[in-house]
Amino acid sequence: MHKSNAHTKDEWLFEITPKNSLLSLNLKEVWQYRDLLFLFVKRDIVTVYKQTILGPLWYLIQPLFTSVIFTLIFNNVANISTGTVPPFLFNLAGITIWNYFKECLNATSSTFTSNAGIFGKVYFPRMIMPLSVVISNLLKFSIQLFIFAAFFLYYYLNGAPISLNSYVVLFPLMVLIMGMLGLGLGMIISSMVTKYRDLKILIGFGLQLLMYVSAVMYPVSFFIEKLPNYAWIVKYNPLSFVIESVRYMLLNTGEFNTSMFIYTLISTVVILLLGIIIFNKAEKNFIDTV
Amino acid sequence: MNEVILKIENLSKQYRLGTVGTGTISHDLNRWWHTVRGKEDPFLKIGDVNDRSTKATSEYVWALKDINFEVKKGEVLGIIGKNGAGKSTLLKILSKVTGPTTGSIKSKGRIASLLEVGTGFHPELTGRENIYLNGAILGMTKAEINAKLDEIIEFSGCERYIDTPTKRYSSGMTVRLAFAVAAFLEPDILVIDEVLAVGDAEFQKKAIGKMQDISKGEGRTVLFVSHNMQAISVLTNKCIVMNNGGIFFEGKTNDAITRYLSLDSHLSDNIYKAIPLPNKSSITKVKLITSLPNNVQRNNDLFEIHIQIFMPYLLEKPAVAIQAINSNETPILYCWNFDEQISFGKKSGYYNLICRIPQLKLYMGKYNLTVHYADNNGKNKLETLKDICPFEVVMFGVKHPYKWELGTCTYIEDAEWNINYSKEF
Repeated sequence: MHKSNAHTKDEWLFEITPKNSLLSLNLKEVWQYRDLLFLFVKRDIVTVYKQTILGPLWYLIQPLFTSVIFTLIFNNVANISTGTVPPFLFNLAGITIWNYFKECLNATSSTFTSNAGIFGKVYFPRMIMPLSVVISNLLKFSIQLFIFAAFFLYYYLNGAPISLNSYVVLFPLMVLIMGMLGLGLGMIISSMVTKYRDLKILIGFGLQLLMYVSAVMYPVSFFIEKLPNYAWIVKYNPLSFVIESVRYMLLNTGEFNTSMFIYTLISTVVILLLGIIIFNKAEKNFIDTV
Repeated sequence: MNEVILKIENLSKQYRLGTVGTGTISHDLNRWWHTVRGKEDPFLKIGDVNDRSTKATSEYVWALKDINFEVKKGEVLGIIGKNGAGKSTLLKILSKVTGPTTGSIKSKGRIASLLEVGTGFHPELTGRENIYLNGAILGMTKAEINAKLDEIIEFSGCERYIDTPTKRYSSGMTVRLAFAVAAFLEPDILVIDEVLAVGDAEFQKKAIGKMQDISKGEGRTVLFVSHNMQAISVLTNKCIVMNNGGIFFEGKTNDAITRYLSLDSHLSDNIYKAIPLPNKSSITKVKLITSLPNNVQRNNDLFEIHIQIFMPYLLEKPAVAIQAINSNETPILYCWNFDEQISFGKKSGYYNLICRIPQLKLYMGKYNLTVHYADNNGKNKLETLKDICPFEVVMFGVKHPYKWELGTCTYIEDAEWNINYSKEF
């Protein structure tokens, strides 16, 4: 009995057991399903504007209005200084990159609950779903970036003292970090939401709080100056580093701190790995509790 | 051919009953605390046997308990059982939708499962786009789909609408398209739930035909779950009968079906009964005696219809006629007893009529009865009972060199053949 077991053991292609190995990241399988990933991305992009009147315009309205309100409240009423940069442009830059993170997190955090129907019928690496969301959200982000570029040009032609920084070559990396952070945190949350729906309610609220400590509407230096005791919240928040750096690249305001850059890279990778591990653990049996 | 491709060992699955609430978190913490100390999960020791009808005594239930079986390469295995016997849970674990609680499944081939047709279809996408999406969800690569696209479209019979969004499709067309994608999957092991029970009769025939091609011609291993004994007997050679989360029987399809049918007796559903009014003559009971349990009848076997009639007063020449109606609402069989045959009704009381058909010639399929009751030798109708005593005619065990197919005919006549030979015209 034992002998024959040992003999046949190597021949099995795969084995289904109660628990996934904690460290198997399943990335090989995700790669096998890459065609599906791109089909999901295509589906999201093709179907999102079907039967709407304003279509992609909706993506412009939200950041523009938010920027106008932030400018009125934080810059005009509360007198937060943005240096020589026009406050509207300052806010728009922050909101554009923040929005990408927010959308990624929002959509990926409900991966299991909103796809329970399809997950209950067929198996494919579940990570394909959040991954496709993060990729298809890039379209939305590009549209918003385009708007930012248009306003940038408008202010520039009107003689505002703004210019791109040479660090702008790192801009795609910043977007990647935002996507990875959104994906990682989203996967952690989605794994927990399968059992306890309370978290879903918490997300909307939590995201709002997170925005206030992520330097979206103020420079990091401003927060450190005004609230030195709580400065660590903003300082060690990878999100605020990314937002500050993006403004540095696009508007040449604030700073780009290399040691903080390394810190952010490491913490992003850690969050993403943690997200994948927790997600892989949850995917096996979530359908029983969802 | 005798190589074991799939091996299921001690497979069990436990479910928690009731809703997820505050109790869940305390159980989760308890479980976690046991795991931390390296002890066994306390909730695995408890749990009821999976029997839908009895009241639960524990919060946990074993949907599957210690399942063991092997599937050989190229084998077509049927899985049958009542609702809630654990079939779907087994399929879900096989298709990796959910994990087992204990035990394991070992496989030597790629498994693709078809628990539903059209999973992931998006109504806004065109038929063609949905073929790609659905195919990829089922595990095909884009290159594989490209290679088979024309065949898929042709099989679906939706060429004309292939570039129209599927939301404009009729439900039948959607099913056809979805099944077409699934039919061209090429895994080593195909797991199919009751997906053939969709579409119109013509398409069902086509689908079963395709399934036969897959299992026979292409030598694929197939696990097939169905309540349709016909489809099971046409497609499979070997079956597993599941009951209350365990394997009740494993063996040849014909034996398995017989065992399955004898499993439970919800016989009362199949008997017509009525409480007689004191001053009205009426049919009080109609019962079938079939050659297999649970109102299943084998073709060419003895078949009896028992009718009980209550007669509170004397009747002039009562008469009874019976029709068997097939699933297309067409009457196929007619039996009668008028006064010329056996005269009855000379005394008040109960009469038991037995209509005996020595060799029932109906072809396989589902039927029910219409019973007419009249007096005055059929002129004055007293009662007509429709859609009673449903029964199924099956062909397994009836000799034929090939498997019986649906829709070959409506009945089988005894025929005598005579063949003469001559060299010249």
